[in-house]
Amino acid sequence: MPAFLEISDVSVRFKPGALLVLDSIRLPINQGEYVAIIGHSGCGKSTLLNVIAGLLPATEGGVLLDGTEVNEPGPDRAVVFQNHSLLPWLTCRENVRLAVDQVFGRTKSRAERAAWVDENLSLVHMMPAADKRPAEISGGMKQRIGIARALAMQPKVLLLDEPFGALDALTRAHLQDQVMAIHSRLRTTVIMITHDVDEAVLLSDKIVMMTNGPEATIGEVLNVALPRPRDRLALATDARFLAARARVMEFLYARHTRPEAA
Amino acid sequence: MSLSLTNVGSANMAIRRSILQDFARNALAATGRFLLRLLPLLVVLTVIFGVWQLLADRPGASLPAPTKIWATSHELILHPFYDRGGLDKGLGLHLFASLQRVALGFTLSAIAGIALGMLVGTSALAMRGLDPVFQVLRTVPPLAWLPLSLAAFRDAQPSAIFVIFITAIWPVIINTAVGVRNVPQDYRNVAKVIRLRGPKFFTRIILPAAAPYIFTGLRIGIGLSWLAIVAAEMLIGGVGIGFFIWDAWNSSNISDIIVALIYVGLVGFCLDRLVALTGHIVTRGTSAS
Repeated sequence: MPAFLEISDVSVRFKPGALLVLDSIRLPINQGEYVAIIGHSGCGKSTLLNVIAGLLPATEGGVLLDGTEVNEPGPDRAVVFQNHSLLPWLTCRENVRLAVDQVFGRTKSRAERAAWVDENLSLVHMMPAADKRPAEISGGMKQRIGIARALAMQPKVLLLDEPFGALDALTRAHLQDQVMAIHSRLRTTVIMITHDVDEAVLLSDKIVMMTNGPEATIGEVLNVALPRPRDRLALATDARFLAARARVMEFLYARHTRPEAA
Repeated sequence: MSLSLTNVGSANMAIRRSILQDFARNALAATGRFLLRLLPLLVVLTVIFGVWQLLADRPGASLPAPTKIWATSHELILHPFYDRGGLDKGLGLHLFASLQRVALGFTLSAIAGIALGMLVGTSALAMRGLDPVFQVLRTVPPLAWLPLSLAAFRDAQPSAIFVIFITAIWPVIINTAVGVRNVPQDYRNVAKVIRLRGPKFFTRIILPAAAPYIFTGLRIGIGLSWLAIVAAEMLIGGVGIGFFIWDAWNSSNISDIIVALIYVGLVGFCLDRLVALTGHIVTRGTSAS
């Protein structure tokens, strides 16, 4: 019985004869799990996300989602891109609307779709700025619209590609809390690429640590058994949080240092 | 009861008066700011006309001074739409005839140019086949097409329109193709995830994303059209601003030529602003105007 999302022996080679970028990645993910993939830059974690999204074909192996093989991109694996990727000529609402019309054009009526767009905008607290264009709102707000757009597709898996990477620390913390709240409410399966250890430990049920590329693979998987809901202030001094954090740090900075620094 | 009503009425009157005063004050201030911004332009124009007057208002000068132009050609300025039949028409009517040709030729080149640009920007095969042809043809000067088009159409009107078409189309094609090729991969990925494909992908993603580039091409194109129409009309004759200038030259009416040149410049400027403004509105502010 395969897991809800089964990444089975995925290898990626960009050109024939070149070195493998990813080498036999095997990772079962359960429904509702929040999984963080962490590693130094260049370790192929974004490549792995693109394979799961269907934007990049695996050279070997494959991805099974809910029993079906992934071979093209689709709304059941909605992506929140690192640089938000909102269409600048549309307002925030129209950006979400475009996705909703496209995904639910046949199954929901016009009024239902409009209501569903607004519901998702409210979920990320963006209703007040719904009619602004992306250029008129802050980076954190853009990312929230990106999240609303992805959630509005009702994906089986939500793929987050370093969603908070470009944000300042305070905005990032605020958005992390919002994503935690949304996850606990909707129980969506989430895969998040990150390079931030605190973020990984705070948000995840499972942290997948990747070795450095080329031929990057999974070095270690850490289960984070911290109870939910999690509170960043309380966790800051929690021994289990600190232990998990130390474990990831040790992997990244002692055993698999940055390739440039080595 | 009636007393209180009149009180309310007079209070309303007072408020209305103060709003009117405010409005007048604001309007006055806005007019003042506008004039202040216009001041440098007025200074430059005064200097140009002053120097021109000094240089040309001498015996033996080959070009007329502004005062002389006004004396001989003010009818052209004051009555742009007179029509005494035949080719003896006001400048406005000549300009209108030229604008009609440009409108037709430019519209055709915009449609064909955007379509071809899309093709070249999307397909590597079309790019390899068509781009070298475009790169060679676009260097052919507009007027060089005129004899060929006269031979093909055997009529002045379609030939002039064809010259406009062939002049304006290259920048539209090239800019559209560049715009399509430069549509960020992020937007394409978004389209893939929501499974936006085929014509809908073009109209919802590619066209709006390339629109700023397309409008840059259209702006260059309309400018070139206006350059070409004047030259083409000098050769084909009939009603049109180019013919008007050539006719004035043949009757040694230099003042009329200068007035016509100023009109040509102003109309060209307006055409450019018009396309830029359309671009600004259509792209919802993502293209500079």
